[in-house]
This record gives sequence, structure tokens and C-alpha cells, in this order.
Amino acid sequence: MYAQMIKSTGKGVKSLDEMDPEERAFQERINAGGKIEPKDWMPDGYRKTLIRQIGQHAHSEIVGQLPEGNWITRAPTLERKAILLAKVQDEAGHGLYLYCAAETLGVSRDQLTRDLLSGKMKYSSIFNYPTLTWADMGAVGWLVDGAAIMNQVPLQRTSYGPYARAMVRICKEESFHQRQGFDIMMKMANGTEAQRRMAQDALNRFWYPSLMMFGPSDKESVHSAQSMAWKIKMNTNDELRQKFVDQTAPQAAYLGLTIPDEHLEWNEERGSYDFSEPDWDEFFDVLQGNGPCSVDRMEARNKAWDDGRWVREGLLAHAEKKRARKMAAE
Amino acid sequence: MSEPLFEFLCRMGDNTLVLGHRVSEWCGVAPVLEEDIALANTALDLIGQTTLWLNLAGAVEGKGRDADALAFRRDVWEFRNVLLVEQLNGDFGQTMMRQFLFDLWHKGMLIALQGSSHDQIAAIAEKSLKEVTYHLERTTDTVIGLGDGTDESHNRMQKALDRLYPFVGEMFVSDDVDAAMVAESIAPDPADLRPVFDARLDEVLSDATLVRPTSDFAHKGGKSGQRHSEHLGHMLSQMQWLQRAYPDATW
Repeated sequence: MYAQMIKSTGKGVKSLDEMDPEERAFQERINAGGKIEPKDWMPDGYRKTLIRQIGQHAHSEIVGQLPEGNWITRAPTLERKAILLAKVQDEAGHGLYLYCAAETLGVSRDQLTRDLLSGKMKYSSIFNYPTLTWADMGAVGWLVDGAAIMNQVPLQRTSYGPYARAMVRICKEESFHQRQGFDIMMKMANGTEAQRRMAQDALNRFWYPSLMMFGPSDKESVHSAQSMAWKIKMNTNDELRQKFVDQTAPQAAYLGLTIPDEHLEWNEERGSYDFSEPDWDEFFDVLQGNGPCSVDRMEARNKAWDDGRWVREGLLAHAEKKRARKMAAE
Repeated sequence: MSEPLFEFLCRMGDNTLVLGHRVSEWCGVAPVLEEDIALANTALDLIGQTTLWLNLAGAVEGKGRDADALAFRRDVWEFRNVLLVEQLNGDFGQTMMRQFLFDLWHKGMLIALQGSSHDQIAAIAEKSLKEVTYHLERTTDTVIGLGDGTDESHNRMQKALDRLYPFVGEMFVSDDVDAAMVAESIAPDPADLRPVFDARLDEVLSDATLVRPTSDFAHKGGKSGQRHSEHLGHMLSQMQWLQRAYPDATW
């Protein structure tokens, strides 16, 4: 899940009777499964919450290039290098669609970028963890993309049209990424002793941070209740986390790897796995900017933006000159 | 004949391998999102072309080496790329200028190779040309845009051109391998590609308000493998590390 702890109005969900006619028509349309489009009336809170959510998702795609980009120059074969490059390119593309979707709500990509670089807006906690071995490229695809898909598949049905449509395309590519990640894990898990150790180590390091991607339990959260009423959040964090564990535990077994949780156990009665919660103190530390790579990631993004300033200015100046020359010639 | 042909194919494949690697170093840190996508795209094309060239080289050699064996298990002195492509990325302007100079040569080379007497080479050239035509369009626009942009972008592009121009000449040097290729109608004499290159270079530089350096001095030693720059070894130590550290593993 690339959007975590998104705040909505915080006022609690209004009943239809408490709404004025405009808002009531809006909510009824959502309840009936209709889509809200950019020019439609929408409550301020809906617009602001969506900007925060889509913006954070977009930022996650952009910062998410870094931990995987970290291995492109060390990919072990030409094919693996090409696949990883294509994947990171997809992520930049996802960032682009999502910024475009956010722009339809009246916020520019430049503004969102400034808010990311200043630390005002966040990106997913998961990208603050380091990628240390080649097996991490497998673990990121398998677990991180796997967790992201859990959230993004339902978002294809989200109430905001541009976001839902962006998500359809993103989901197709993400599920391909997840398969690629699992493929790397299979190669590693069935490889040499060193490769198997790398695979287990990657799972050990990425398991709990992946569970954290869904965010803390939001059963009681007024923000989540509002977002769910607006259908910009489709499931609770706990539902998605459970689904992720249920899907992933058998895959780990298939790989012959051990999930680092001694309490992980199939619960016949619930028809689901019981499992341990991640360390939520660590999660909040990461959100505060104390993740293992938080400073590095923000430095890298800020440096890229600062170093690129002359390029953006140069190309804009050229476009201006070209336009002026064309006008003078007409 | 297989030895010069192997050399020639390694030259083609090593150029795209080394440049593809350099371009991939930009991953995630380009000046603007569209450039992140475009740079990754260029790197992907070049890595794809590398696989074709080096697999063919391995087949021609007949010693059981495939593209990965050639890419990841040769040392610096066995690489046959021109010096231009192993130069450091520098700023975005230098990366784009290096790419433009290479693309302009590359396109001319691939056009000629489409008529190769060697069917597989002609086929690879035809496929690659589609990609490289697009690369050249993009780098031409970027060199013009930044050359004719602000004072700062202009100065940076002129500096990039001055820095890289001494590596242009090597792309057009003919040697015994080239002579053997010409004799078999496999590949053109690189020297014959220069006039078209020069004419287009002058047009683009003029639009970009950049001045071509007057000295035609050319560094050499990359495509012959006699003397690469120090940069290549560092690139290989990163690129080949996993394959070297875990030689028994498959990935």
C-alpha cells in the first residue's frame, strides 16, 4: 500500500439526512457505484483527501525507484538488468499517471514535488529500507509489490474516475512485477547455499516492513470511515494485511523459506493465518524520518531536483524562444 | 574469417553494453520524470541490442560463450567499445551530448549494416535502427534545446561538447578488422560514415548555437582494446560483481 495514514476531514461520516442537497446527490452517486469526474461538484474534504492520497501514492512510485535502481548497475545478467530497468521505468510511468490524476483535482505536479522535497508530504514507509543483496530485488517484487497490489486492485473501483482508471493500468503492470519478483526468489531459493541464505535474509528483513505498508489498525479511525464512505478506501488496513498474509504464507512455504514469525499459524476456525503484528514503534519512527534510508532517499530526490534545475530552465527558455520566433515569422 | 567477425560483433555489442550501463546509472535521478522514463527506455533498448550482438558474437566464436558470459566474464582489455561510451555521465548535458554523438554515428552505422551480406547482422541492424532513430531524434532535440536555452545551459552544453569531441574521431578510424568486414561486404568502412555525420553535426550544432572544436585530435584505444580509460574498470567491477563473486550461481 503506497498511501498510509491518510487524513480525511476527521469529523466523522455524515448521514444522508445531515447533508445539503448537493452533497447528498454526490454521496448517493457514490453509493450507487457511480464515478466522480474532475468537473463534478465534490466536497472540499473529498478533494483534499484525494490529493493527499494520490500525491502520496505518486511520491511512493518516484522514491520507490531508488531502492531498486540501487541494483540496476549490479544486475547479474543482461535479462535481469533489462527486466529491472523496465520495472523501474514502469514506476516512473505510474508516478506520471498519478500526478496527472492529482492535477485533475487542481494541484500541479510542481507543487506536489515541492511538498515531497520539503518533507511536507510523505511517501510509503517501505522505501526507507535498504536493498542489500540481489535477493532483495526478488523480495521487493514479491512482498512489496504484492502488498501494493492488495490495496490497488480494489482501488480500480474507487469513486474518483481518473484515479480508478490510472489504477487499472498500474495494476496490470504491478502484477507483472510481482511475478518477476517471485521468479527471482524461486531462482535464489533453489540456487546455491549462498543464494538460499540471501533469499532467507531478504525475507527476514522485508517481512515486517511489508506488513507495515498497510498501516496500523484503522478499525476505529474516523479518517478511514470517511474515506470508505467516499469509496476512496475500499477495505480496512487489517482486512488487507490479513489477505496479504494468507496469500504469502503458502508462497513462502513453496519457496522453502521461513517467515520470521514464530506465531504464524493456520487458524482453522477463522480460515486464515494468525500472525504477529509488526513493531509499530518502528513504523512511527520511519514516518518521522528515522527509517534506515530516510535521509538518503530525501537527499537523493532533492539532489536530483536541484541538479536538474538548469535543464528544466534551459528547455523552457528554448521553448519560449521558439514560440517567439514563430510568432515573429507569422 | 571468424576472428575479425567476432571482433566486429564485440565492438557493436560492447558499445551498446557500456553505454546502456552508463545511461542506466541515471535511474531515478533525472531532472524531470519524463527524462527518467526516456533514459530508462534508451538504456533498455541498448541492453536489448547488446544481447543480440553478443549472442551472435558468442555463436560466431563457437566456444560456448553467450551474451552474459561475454558481458560479465571479460576483463577491461577484452572490451572493444569506443572510449566515448565509457566516459563518465557528468551532468545531464554531458550525458546527452555523449548520447547524441554516439546516436549520430550509430544511426549511420546501422543504416549501412542493413545491407550487410551477413543476414543476422542485417536483421539486428534493422531492428536496432528503429530504436536508434528515435534515440537520435530525442538527443538532437535535447542538444538543441539546451544549447539554445539559457546562458547556463548553453555554457554547460558547450563544455560537454569540448570535453567529448576528442572521443568522436575513434568512431571513424578504420583498422584491419574493418578492412576484413569491408572485404566480405559485412560492414562499411567507418571512415566512409564521417561525411554524413559531419554534415548533420554541423546543422545541429548551428541550431544549438554551439561551436564545434577546431582540433580534430582523437583519443584511440577503445575499439582496438589496446588502451581503455580508467573508468571502464570501475564500471566492470560493479557490473560484473555478482557473477564474479558467485561464479557457481545461476540467476
